[in-house]
Amino acid sequence: MFRKQECVAMLLAGGQGSRLYTLTQKIAKPAVPYGGKYRIIDFPLSNCVNSGIDTVGVLTQYQPLELSDYIGSGQAWDLDIADAGVHILPPYQQTSGADWYKGTANAIFQNRNFIERYDPEYVLILSGDHIYKMDYSNMLAFHKSHRAACTVAVLAVEPEEAHRFGIVNVGDGDRIAEFEEKPEHPKSHLASMGIYIFSWAKLKAYLEADEQNPASKNDFGHDVLPAMLKAGEPMVAYPFEGYWKDVGTIDSLWEANMDLLNPNVPLDLSDPAWRIYSNNPALPPQFIGAHASVQNSMISEGCSVYGTVDFSVLFPTAVVEEGAEVRDSILMPGVRVKAGAKVQYSILAENVTVGENAVVGERPEDKENLEEWGVAVVGEHVTVAENERIPAKAMVDAKGGGAHA
Amino acid sequence: MRNNRVLGLLFPNRHDDALRELTAERALGSVPFGGRYRLIDFALSGMAHAGIGKVGIVTKRNDQSLMEHLGSGKAWGLSRKTEGLYYLAPHDVPDTLYDGRVAALHALDDFLESSIEDVVVLSDCHVVGNLSYKALIESHVDSGADVTVAYRFGECPALADNLVLDLDENDDVTALRLGVNPAGDHACGIGTYVMNKDLLRRLVAEAAAENFMHFDRDVLLRLSQTLRIRGYKAPAATYIISSPETYFEASMALLDDQRRNAVLPLGTPVYTVNRDVCPAIYGLNSCVSRSLVADGSFVDGTVKNSVLFRDVRVEKGAVVENAILMQGTVVKAGARVSHAILDKDVVLSEGKSLTGLAELPLCVKKGKHV
Repeated sequence: MFRKQECVAMLLAGGQGSRLYTLTQKIAKPAVPYGGKYRIIDFPLSNCVNSGIDTVGVLTQYQPLELSDYIGSGQAWDLDIADAGVHILPPYQQTSGADWYKGTANAIFQNRNFIERYDPEYVLILSGDHIYKMDYSNMLAFHKSHRAACTVAVLAVEPEEAHRFGIVNVGDGDRIAEFEEKPEHPKSHLASMGIYIFSWAKLKAYLEADEQNPASKNDFGHDVLPAMLKAGEPMVAYPFEGYWKDVGTIDSLWEANMDLLNPNVPLDLSDPAWRIYSNNPALPPQFIGAHASVQNSMISEGCSVYGTVDFSVLFPTAVVEEGAEVRDSILMPGVRVKAGAKVQYSILAENVTVGENAVVGERPEDKENLEEWGVAVVGEHVTVAENERIPAKAMVDAKGGGAHA
Repeated sequence: MRNNRVLGLLFPNRHDDALRELTAERALGSVPFGGRYRLIDFALSGMAHAGIGKVGIVTKRNDQSLMEHLGSGKAWGLSRKTEGLYYLAPHDVPDTLYDGRVAALHALDDFLESSIEDVVVLSDCHVVGNLSYKALIESHVDSGADVTVAYRFGECPALADNLVLDLDENDDVTALRLGVNPAGDHACGIGTYVMNKDLLRRLVAEAAAENFMHFDRDVLLRLSQTLRIRGYKAPAATYIISSPETYFEASMALLDDQRRNAVLPLGTPVYTVNRDVCPAIYGLNSCVSRSLVADGSFVDGTVKNSVLFRDVRVEKGAVVENAILMQGTVVKAGARVSHAILDKDVVLSEGKSLTGLAELPLCVKKGKHV
């Protein structure tokens, strides 16, 4: 028997995150490391726990191994609960056949039995693509007080950025009047955050209808939400204020990490009232050597710094040897920067080794044409040879070089 | 790996008096060490690495902070369906006799009897190092000795009940000396023993019947001619904490790469409770050298030759040298501290200065605002 839940969260974690290139070659986007010790999925998972939602289905599809390992029993998030907790939901075979998840809505449809066993009133749909802290219980209260069929969380974005987002136009009383997908001339600058609360009975009916429609892409934004709006269902926009960042590109991932080093950016990871939980190995504290220089940086357990680190984020067990310099960069777990090497404006994936006196990345101020500048990325387990130079915007993986857009 | 044959027993209150202020409100085993650990983590992790699946924690007093720390034993892989962590607090044992250990073991005889394990490892918590309990137990079993006593070869610790082992070339004990601290290097017991359970129960019952209450004196020393006692040498980087000064020294040893890697190897980690704090943040004005810094700390001042625990704040212009700052300590702008141990949640106000001596570090009690 399963305990009845008022609200079940479904976290869409199957995305490839193809614009992260080599960083998501072997892992799903939600498993990408962020913020010195976290992975992207820690944010929605921790938000769920902190919001009092303790039943979470995580829908995996693309490269699920590392993500599944990471979530494990859910213990790190206090989600190892006998009759609730976190459950990994990969696509599976049924008597009627076997299907990959065709779209976001289809992924939920295929797991309707999982949701039904908790007999919930509401379903919260989340994605594993964003860094933010949000109390979903406030959004649920909003949904209930508006007697809505669907509530979409929205965020005011800069008007000049609005054309990159799914825009929500709001009429009277928070009612959603119109959706516009990446409009050329946006009528508002309220962007959909990809966070939805549905009344489950309603959603179930629309998912079933959507499955009958051969023309549908089975996607929430593309199909289900417009269908509900067209049918006149009460749909409302829940305004969110605070830090929210999509980390879907190399540049945005780099920026989101750098935001943590900026005291003016309102993302506090050390708030004891809203902890971000993560699953980390047992490691000793970080060691800063006798001749090291460390400023404006975030450094994790198990790191050893003997060289210079400035404006950088170091993940567990990263080592910066004496005489090495790391600036404006992100070193993921297990990276070693050897003596005399220089790493600047770069993202080094897990277990990268930078050989002695190598130079990775370039400073924008050293480029005459800024168009040619961008963050350099070195993929996991790559060894940069001694004295090798990796230019700006490079995308180095085990198979050889390349560049990102 | 799981070893059903070995039972672990930890004695976190032994040597409580050695650390004065630091053990005023906590058991010795619960004293913070090395930026994020408690002293008990070393012995408990060692037992976990040896596959010991059942560990009894024999407490006596001041055990609240210790129990909070250990919880269900999850962090050490000891929260399990069968066996795991057992809290054993024989409260009816008279205070004065309890440190003798025999009384406690006698009171726990039912627990020992009902345990299916046939080998027992007993360990105090005043030692920091990376002792391989697996190798210790194997050496005991292979040698067929009655008792194996782990020792450190080096200077004698300044403990009133220091145990000196005189050994032959095979590590067999030829004589035991208790309560002596001779000059020079010697094999000194580190409070860790391996015995067969049945023998332990028999010796404890016999000693208790005659009101002999001190394990080293009344069991080991008294029977040293009839029992086959062997020594087992702990690694060189083993630190015996016998005073605030030796606590300070052992902490400072971690600032040496070689010793730190010996005490806190990445391969056999010392487990402790994860507090889910964010990584340490270094500000614009931070100047840190030769220091161990734990997650959740914020440094914007100068830190040299120091150990910073979790959630420590060193503000702009503050100077911390040769100091140990425990969890939640705040050193405000312009304040200075050197040769000191600041217990949890101490606040040093702006511009204040605290200076101890190299040979006598200053201890500031938990929660004190200066």
